[in-house]
Amino acid sequence: MAQMNLLHAINNALDIAMAENDRAVCFGEDVGHFGGVFRATSGLQDKYGKTRCFNTPLVEQGIIGFANGLAAQGSVAIAEIQFADYIFPAFDQIVNESAKFRYRSGNEFNVGKLTIRTPYGGGIAGGLYHSQSPEAYFAHTPGLKVVVPRNPYQAKGLLLASIRDDNPVVFFEPKRLYRASVGEVPEEDYQLPLGKAEVVQTGTDITLLAWGAQMEIIEKAAKMAEADDISCEVVDLRTILPWDIETVCQSVMKTGRLLVSQEAPLTAGFASEIAATVQNECFLHLESPIARVCGLDTPYPLALEKEYMSDHLKVYEAIKKSVNY
Amino acid sequence: MTTELYNDGTVVHAPTFIDGSSIDIPELRILHQDGSVYPDADMPDIDETLAIKIYKTLAFHRVLDERMVASQRQGRLSFYMAALGEEATTVGGAAGLEPQDMIMGQYREQGALMFRGFSLENFMNQLFSNEKDLGKGRQMPIHYGSNELNYMTISSPLGTQIPQATGYAYGQKLQGLDAVTLCYFGEGAASEGDFHAGLNMAAVQQAPVIFFCRNNGYAISTPSDEQYKGNGIASRGVGYGIKTLRIDGNDILAVLKAMQIARAYALKENAPVLIEAMSYRLGAHSTSDDPSGYRTREEEEKWQANDPILRMKNWLLAQNWWDEEQDTVLFEGLREEVLAAVKVSEKINKPHIDTMITDVYDTPTAQLQQQLDEVKAHVNKYPEAYPFTAGKF
Ligand SMILES: Cc1ncc(C[n+]2csc(CCOP(=O)(O)OP(=O)(O)O)c2C)c(N)n1
Repeated sequence: MAQMNLLHAINNALDIAMAENDRAVCFGEDVGHFGGVFRATSGLQDKYGKTRCFNTPLVEQGIIGFANGLAAQGSVAIAEIQFADYIFPAFDQIVNESAKFRYRSGNEFNVGKLTIRTPYGGGIAGGLYHSQSPEAYFAHTPGLKVVVPRNPYQAKGLLLASIRDDNPVVFFEPKRLYRASVGEVPEEDYQLPLGKAEVVQTGTDITLLAWGAQMEIIEKAAKMAEADDISCEVVDLRTILPWDIETVCQSVMKTGRLLVSQEAPLTAGFASEIAATVQNECFLHLESPIARVCGLDTPYPLALEKEYMSDHLKVYEAIKKSVNY
Repeated sequence: MTTELYNDGTVVHAPTFIDGSSIDIPELRILHQDGSVYPDADMPDIDETLAIKIYKTLAFHRVLDERMVASQRQGRLSFYMAALGEEATTVGGAAGLEPQDMIMGQYREQGALMFRGFSLENFMNQLFSNEKDLGKGRQMPIHYGSNELNYMTISSPLGTQIPQATGYAYGQKLQGLDAVTLCYFGEGAASEGDFHAGLNMAAVQQAPVIFFCRNNGYAISTPSDEQYKGNGIASRGVGYGIKTLRIDGNDILAVLKAMQIARAYALKENAPVLIEAMSYRLGAHSTSDDPSGYRTREEEEKWQANDPILRMKNWLLAQNWWDEEQDTVLFEGLREEVLAAVKVSEKINKPHIDTMITDVYDTPTAQLQQQLDEVKAHVNKYPEAYPFTAGKF
């Protein structure tokens, strides 16, 4: 085992994927010699050459269009979008093309070998164009998988699984944790399953559910609640699409309560989908309304970021409200 | 349908490729680095008053950039973007326009806003995202905007202003205004789909818009040879059927001349113009970037010798419109002013908590009002966790 931060873990996963398959190609803005603005692709161009790790012109729709073609050809396309905020120029290529390639051709063609990596999320004084969490837009698109890791160990295992999965995957990396989150990561190859949630901590009074950078926050809130004798079960969704209804509902049936926390605005976020499904599956087990702690229904602000964010204090208050309902 | 635009060029009977090198694109240059003027140069319309105003703006720009990069290093500022080495493209650009002309920038065009008289305090308030920022502290530093000065607020997603500029200019034309739109972007942003959409629309819809590409050689770490092939950005203007000029972007007189010509043409013909200014980003992309990771000192030094501000100063000295002593006084005075302004602005309050929900819509919705009330109650409960707003509402 080695100590790695989240960026190292991602770099290590990319290295393994490129070493095992010489058809694996990494590209995007500044990813070549510079190694990406966050350095996730550091060293890959030196190791695998300019034909397999390169800078693209600054055009997201081109990057994903190119990636779709490359993946359709059978290569392993690993595209970086510099910030999730800038994935929208590529929205058409992802939503109308990547997601529907297989379906519309009756599986004559597919882009299963496509992975789109992109840093998402706030808490970094990035303002409205460097802080967004756009997972819900992609979760509304059949044909995609959407994955969000919470720490270095998860990032490596989930990224390798995403690259090897036979479906296009949008892989959101919590940029706030890139350097902040450090942990033990095996140097060898391993995979973590897509579509499976993980129970990170067991408890009896309430289920706390989140993904990515929000996991740190609900874990912190769970500790605060513990001091009040509230026992929280903490679940990491890990994959947004397709999501693990079974693990979540089993937990809710046990605890009788659910709180979902997301960074994105409240309205029509993925927490809404979860709440609707859980009330359908677990109606008779619920002892309080499903709580959602989210960003406000506004763009992501800069100066008042702290007030805007779903933080551990807001989650803690919501836990108490739910338990005392 | 019409085939009017079908080309009646030379007919050949053996395949003959053409490419960017088939067109020779001239580059306008008026000033030598030593301040002397090319003997046959076609001078812009400029007198001593305008020249001094331009030079003072350039000096302000240089000093602000130096000071703000230093403030960022001291941890007083979260982020900054300097325009070291390409100040002439924006200051000279604005100087060739009329105040009623709209400017839509990418982000490295503070110089144009300075020329129009955006105050030092206004710059500072935006940089420190305090309650006096015209943008209400919502965007990262350097995302300025001013309705009064006809400078569209900057948006981070690259290239989005290009088709918008076409639309804005078309609106000006419909109203019969004596005004054009100037749209700045980098050679990197010129790869975005929006660039192609914006230029094509402008050409076909006949909009009085001046597209101004600051070709500074880099998009973050990506050098222009990994950004595009062919004869720069200018050749694309030709492809879209747009009148195109290439200029030395470090030559303020060339920038001014080009802009004066472009404005007159755009207004008279109701048609777009593309200007490609060849320059160099001497500094880092932003304070988050370290260019030593992707380019050499020698390359930077070569361009340092082309400093546009020094070039203009040399010209002013040769005109006897300026002297070294005035120069020292100007720069020293500016440094003191900027330093003093930093100290004031960083102490001004952050925006009021009520601004969390304003400007999302024309008036806040009921849901937003409820969400704000919840945040306020929460802040009151944990005042120590929200130091900017606690106790201030
Ligand atoms: C759509 C989009 N993609 C990526 C980015 C991130 N980004 C910010 S600046 C920049 C480089 C821009 O280079 P260029 O247009 O040449 O302008 P310069 O910085 O050289 O002035 C990039 C990639 C962005 N802001 N918007």
